[in-house]
This record gives sequence, C-alpha cells and structure tokens, in this order.
Amino acid sequence: MIESGLTQLSAAMAAKQVSAVELATLFLDRIERLNPTLNAFITTDRDRTLAMARAADERRAKGEAGALLGVPLAHKDIFCTEGWPTTCGSKMLANFVSPYDAHVVSQFKAAGAVTLGKLNMDEFAMGSSNETSHFGPVKNPWNTNCVPGGSSGGSAAAVAARLTPAATGTDTGGSIRQPAALCGLTGLKPTYGVVSRYGMIAFASSLDQGGPMAKSAEDCALLLSAMAGFDERDSTSLQRESEDYSRDLMKPLAGLRIGLPKEFFGAGMDDDVRAAIDAALDQYRKLGATTVEVSLPNSGLSVPAYYVIAPAEASSNLSRFDGVRYGHRAAEYGDLADMYCKSRAEGFGAEVKRRILIGTYVLSHGYYDAYYLQAQKIRRLIATDFQEAYKVCDVIMGPTSPSVAFPFGAKSADPVQMYLADIYTIAVNLAGLPGMSIPCGFGAGNMPVGLQVIGPWFAEAKMLNVAHQYQQATDWHRRCPDIGA
Amino acid sequence: MSLNPEEVRRIARLARLELSDEETGRTGDQLNGILAFIEQLQAVDTAGVAPMAHAMDVVQRLRVDAVTEPDRREAFQAIAPETEAGLYLVPKVIE
Repeated sequence: MIESGLTQLSAAMAAKQVSAVELATLFLDRIERLNPTLNAFITTDRDRTLAMARAADERRAKGEAGALLGVPLAHKDIFCTEGWPTTCGSKMLANFVSPYDAHVVSQFKAAGAVTLGKLNMDEFAMGSSNETSHFGPVKNPWNTNCVPGGSSGGSAAAVAARLTPAATGTDTGGSIRQPAALCGLTGLKPTYGVVSRYGMIAFASSLDQGGPMAKSAEDCALLLSAMAGFDERDSTSLQRESEDYSRDLMKPLAGLRIGLPKEFFGAGMDDDVRAAIDAALDQYRKLGATTVEVSLPNSGLSVPAYYVIAPAEASSNLSRFDGVRYGHRAAEYGDLADMYCKSRAEGFGAEVKRRILIGTYVLSHGYYDAYYLQAQKIRRLIATDFQEAYKVCDVIMGPTSPSVAFPFGAKSADPVQMYLADIYTIAVNLAGLPGMSIPCGFGAGNMPVGLQVIGPWFAEAKMLNVAHQYQQATDWHRRCPDIGA
Repeated sequence: MSLNPEEVRRIARLARLELSDEETGRTGDQLNGILAFIEQLQAVDTAGVAPMAHAMDVVQRLRVDAVTEPDRREAFQAIAPETEAGLYLVPKVIE
C-alpha cells in the first residue's frame, strides 16, 4: 500500500479494500517508526488526522467519490493550517498556531484529503540543504549522511521514504525541484500565479509558488488540479479557467521538440549527473522527441540577480515579525525599538538574518538603483532569453542540480557555495515559468539524479504529459530507498 | 564594495536586528562575500532595458469597496505575545 499511487489508493478505498482511517493509521505508524531517523516531520497530531480520516470515510459512505477523498498527504510547514502549529522552520514561529487555512490547504480539505502532519523545511524557505531549520536538518533517506536538498527537504524526504504518499512544497528559487531531484521524486513548480499564495508564509513574493511533490507525474497532475485556481485573496492569483492537469498524460511524444540550453551542459555539471541526463535524453529520442540546442545567454546571471531580488523582497516581507501580533517576543527588553531588535535577533537564524541584511542594504538609500533596479533589468533579460528559446522548442530540459545530494556541512560554511546549488533552477523563477524535476537515474554513491523540464507559461499539462510518458517507459520513479520497514 | 563594521551595524539597525560585536564581525565577512558575488551584475549593459518587477504583465485587480472579512479579533489576539482589553501591548512609546 505504501508504494501505491494516489489513483490506486483512491480505487482501493472505493472498492472498500481499505478505509481512510486504516490508510492514515498505516502512514502515521510508519512516521512514528522512521521519523526519528529522518526528521522530516515537525508536527504530527494523530487525533486530528484520524478525525479528518473518519470524516472522509463518512463522506464516501454518503456517496462522495472525489479523486483525493481520504487520500493522506502532508504539508510543508510554510502553509498555514488552522489549529496546527505552522512554524516555517523558525524559532520565530515555534509556538504559532495558525488561526486560518492557506488556500492550498482549504482546497485539499474540500477535496477530502487527510493531513498527516507538517513537514520540516529550511527556515523561512531560505536554504538548499535543510540545514537552516530551527528543528534540525532533515536526513536524505537514500543516505542519511547527506542532505535532502531544500528548502522543501522534509516534503522530499517524507515522500521518498514513503512516510506520506505525496506532499506540498514551495519553490522560490528551486525549493521544490532541487529536493525532488536529490531525493528521487517528481516535483512541479507551476507558472507564477497559478497556485494561490494566500496563507503561504511569504519569502519573496514575486517568485514564491506552491506546488506538488509526489512519486509520479500522474500523482502531481491530480494534486495540481486540486491546488491550482483563482483566489481573490492573492492579488497576483491569475484569473483563468480551471484546468484538468491529467487530461494530456497519455498523449504520445512523437514530434516533441526539446531545447537543450548550451549554458546548462557546460562546465559545472558533475559527470555522473551528465551521464544520467544524457541517457534520459536518449530515452526521449526513442519516444519520438527531437532535441535542438538553444541558448539562454543571461542565465549565468540568474543566481546573483536572485540574491539581490529575493533578499530585498524577504527583508520587506519579514518586517512583519515584530513580536507584537504573533511570533516570538524577547523576554527582556527596554523600549519599543529594543523589543523589535531583540525579538528578531532571538527569533531568526543566521541565514535568515544574512538575507534580511542583504535585502535591507540593496534597498537602502543610494544603493537601490545600483543593485535592486539593475537586478530587475537583468531579470527581464533572463526572461526574454526563454521567450526566444521557445520559438524553436516546446520544452527545455537539463539537469535540476549540478550534483547529487552532498554530505551535511559540505556547503554550509560558505553561503555563496550553497547559493550555487540552485544554478539551474533560479532562472525559471525569475521568468515566472513552470519547472519540474523527474527522477532519471543514479549517480555517485547510488544517489538520485533529477532531470529538469521547463515549459512556457501555463504548459503544466504538457510537461506532466512529457514526464508521464517517460515514466511509462522507465522505472526510476519507482525506486525506493532501503530505510527499513 | 565592502562593508565595515560601522556600516554593518547601521544596516542591522535599519533592519531592527540586534547584532553582538562578535556577530557583527562574522556577519560582515559573510555579507562582503555575498556582495562580492552580486557585484558582477554591475558589469552588465542594461541600457534601455525596463526593470521587471513581476513575472507577468497583469493589471492589478480592484475589488468592490465592501466588508468581506468577519471579525475574528479574539482568534487573532489569542496568538499575540501580550494583549489587554482587545489591544496589543508594547513598551510605552509616549511619555
């Protein structure tokens, strides 16, 4: 049962082979056994989970039969969940119990999905290794000496270890795709504006986007169909017709034009990753696709541009944590300014502080034009490169991450080295495009490698089709780490 | 561009973050590493390029000027560090 896809779980419940309560219990027991090793979950609450499962069973008994009714899943701890702690991986919110649900959470509730718990993450989604979490690092289930990636590392590790059939994640610069790659999962960051950010704790608002992380493209399509949609409470939510993201899964790939950016295949990618990516591209050619070289000449500037824009937005967003309305307040302080300074100094970890300081600096008087405005101009150059490339291809492919999962501590001493872990993913966020990672083999130390698929705006259904057809022909996505029963 | 400890303290004050002397030195070194990294943006010719603030060219929606949210003051204040009589408490700011 723990290996089943969401459609099979749903079918098993419809056939009365298993109830939602039994399924939830199976996964909760597994979490109880394996989470002490992996640290993927920050919060579980058996009573709440089982109450949701009982409600789902009752809805089914009354004749309801939605695709996600009774299906267990878990949320990254950045999504506000009414009545559950929502920590965002930070001491600042360690005792915060949300008074409302994020849009994504309420969509899944309406569909009858059952929440297994809240997943660990880099503090305020700032990190690529899950080492910045106040609640300790998440371990990669393929090798517990290695990082799971970040910032959605708890989501990735939990799905990889089969502690949950699927999870939500968020992606500001690669935070769904990079951990999906490092843990051997399928993860999708939708087009900016497709999934509402309401109740998703803000990091960099012009880049943040929620999305699904699961064992297959088929499961991601089901999840995205529930998550996506217009929400008037998010001012950047796009007013579009809702979509069935599963509709094109079975289409053949004959004639698909795959663009290969030469900048993604140069120096910087490890040989083991390159070998797996090359083999995946051969598989796509067998499925009838053709490949064409394209160029994204400004993509090399994406990491530095991002580390101006994202910290600038973060410094503004995180100013709401003032110790007045919610969150941590220092025990001792003098005047009001001292209370702010001490509460924030105690509540935020080192990486969050660095980004707030960088953001404050680049927005400060005299530096705004030189840094922030210049980065926004370069952002346009990067986005325009993609528009040019899509004139000759339908999707772009390349590596998700330049290397397989690295050991704990390997990059944590040097922030810039850590930032470069997202060298292939960040341009996608800057351009607002949809991006995916799908498992495509194993590299050094038998660690998973992810293939990145990047589409034009709103091409999610096409990308899921491209991923699903590959997963019909290969079994990389069905490989599971051996971490005991 | 390199920040000295006085500048690091000034930025920390703007950001309302208390830094100890030891933290100021260490953080300053790391900030200078990051600033050196983003310095490469200065060499790019962006003459005539419009800044891109947002991924998509969409117009800001307007909503009807009507009350849509229910009053949930008690639920919201229940999670505040300190409240009294429906108000958030902070240190005295006016003598």
